Amino acid sequence: VSSSAPVRASARPTVALSVAECEQFLIHEARLLDEARFDDWLALFTDDAWYWVPSQPNQDNPRDTISLIYDDRRLLETRVRRLASPRIYSQEPRSRTSRMIGNVTIEAVDADGQGCTVRSKFQLLEYRREEQRAFGGTYFHRLVRTSTSIQIAWKRVDLINCDAPHEGLVVPF
Amino acid sequence: MTPIAGEEIRALVRPGRVHRRVYADQAIFNLELERIFGAAWIYVGHESQIKNPGDFVATRIGRKPLLLVRDAEGQIRLIHNQCAHRGSMVVASDGGHTDEFRCCYHGWTYHLDGRLKAAPLLHGYPSHFDPKNPEVAMRRVPRVASYRGFVFGNLAQDGPSLEDFLGYMTTSFDDMIDRAPDGELEVAGGNFKHTYKSNWKLYLENLCDAAHPLFVHQSSIDAAQAQSDAAHSDGSGEIAIRQMRQNGAPYSFWEAKVGIWTYPNGHSFLGDYHDDAKLVAALDDPMFRDYVAVMEAKKGKAETKRILDTRRWNSNVYPNLSFMSQFQQLRVVHPVSVNETVVHTYTFRLKGAPAKMFENAISFANVVNGTGSLVLTDDLEIYTRIGFGLLSAGAEWLEIGRGYEGDLADEHGGRRGKNSTSEVYIRNMMDAWLDLMTADKPGAQRVAGGGSMVQAAEIRP
Repeated sequence: VSSSAPVRASARPTVALSVAECEQFLIHEARLLDEARFDDWLALFTDDAWYWVPSQPNQDNPRDTISLIYDDRRLLETRVRRLASPRIYSQEPRSRTSRMIGNVTIEAVDADGQGCTVRSKFQLLEYRREEQRAFGGTYFHRLVRTSTSIQIAWKRVDLINCDAPHEGLVVPF
Repeated sequence: MTPIAGEEIRALVRPGRVHRRVYADQAIFNLELERIFGAAWIYVGHESQIKNPGDFVATRIGRKPLLLVRDAEGQIRLIHNQCAHRGSMVVASDGGHTDEFRCCYHGWTYHLDGRLKAAPLLHGYPSHFDPKNPEVAMRRVPRVASYRGFVFGNLAQDGPSLEDFLGYMTTSFDDMIDRAPDGELEVAGGNFKHTYKSNWKLYLENLCDAAHPLFVHQSSIDAAQAQSDAAHSDGSGEIAIRQMRQNGAPYSFWEAKVGIWTYPNGHSFLGDYHDDAKLVAALDDPMFRDYVAVMEAKKGKAETKRILDTRRWNSNVYPNLSFMSQFQQLRVVHPVSVNETVVHTYTFRLKGAPAKMFENAISFANVVNGTGSLVLTDDLEIYTRIGFGLLSAGAEWLEIGRGYEGDLADEHGGRRGKNSTSEVYIRNMMDAWLDLMTADKPGAQRVAGGGSMVQAAEIRP
């Protein structure tokens, strides 16, 4: 702890983020998305968060290679606002989704245990207009504990078919 | 296949109208593969994708899988991705580097230019089988030509040259190439593949449509215009937000300020619709100032000004190529069936430009071509809805007549819309469609321009 930093010992729990805690958080996030509570989903992200769905397997950079989605916080806010628009024709009718999260592991932990990188597997079914699509792959979440909750500092979604021909991808993964 | 008489095809296009069969009839689609994709120059790739001997990329003309290859002598070859033995697809990957092509079925091998190299058990074939016969090969596409690095193939032996076919559209390619300080482009940054359930022609017909953004893209326009700029941005989202906001320009702007130009053989380009200096000219952006400085050092002030003052949005090369010189984007529209299309998109790096320019092009690709884009997804929805709609003959004749009364001659041999929202570019594509679909033999396409405008005027009701 830096000597110049104000110490508020009571502000944060000292218990490190556990696998069980992370898993409960991911299940909560998946539920918000399945229930189309996109504003609540956005509120899970930190103010400088990013959300990334690479276009290539093992893509290491969103700046020099295209991405299915690469949103900084401002663009993510715009994405979520558009999802609420009555004029979003690509969501007329609305999709219904069902997500399963599993195989949760903590890949890296901050020294103080209050932030970690979580890897999980997901399967997502999306039904819209008499057609069902299946997506699956790996999530990476950078989770940080704040004074009151857990937040997402960044989220990366590796679809196993990221480089396939896709119809529009509108509902967030 | 039952042949369709020329008269029957001609009857599908009327002044300012087109019959739904053009988009919805499988027999018409089959004929398009033969008479359009079998006769027009089709974009198959860029030379930067095959820099060294042995480099290859998978490509296609219509539904024919092909390989674009740099052979051992450095020549560019375009060969069918098909074994001469049992017809198997030889190469299953999107591209790579090799010394030879080898079929995995019985081990026939081919030189990089498609000639048969060797085959096991040759003694077992009958005496009339000649492995030197040029037809016993991964067969070559009859004609291949490049315009300054952009490679096109033509399945017809005869017909106009590539430069005659492109005509004035070469200036759009020049515009993209000239923007590179070193005068060269390079495909980079990966490619999107997006798909929709509708006819291939609808895609290019939307790309110069200045009347649709305000309606189709209303959800992203509203969301971007309401977006606070105080929210955190790492810079990558900037161009997307600006693009979406600009789509909300009023009809008066779209009508008067943009411009639509068309040229013989179905080609067209839309003028720039951005008055936002940070989006296109980006003159106030430090990154763009660095770029201009590099350009001026290489090309001089006057030439740099001439290049950057050229403002074109999408340039469409009929039948299935569209590119955008200002942001170095390119899309190729591949027909799959009468009601299914796949689009492959590419981004180019401007050689000699600051790295930030390419990052900007990548951000722009994500918003205009990205499968998860806030903009493109609504275009894809519209194409698919047209596909659903045209299953019905309820609306038999479709309107492409907006601006019909006002088409103007263009000084370079084409015609342009009086207003930017004119559908002149769709009518121009339908003229090319008719020329190709009713040609006596593939390749017998009209090269001279302007005639159809006069013809249309004569038969105007």
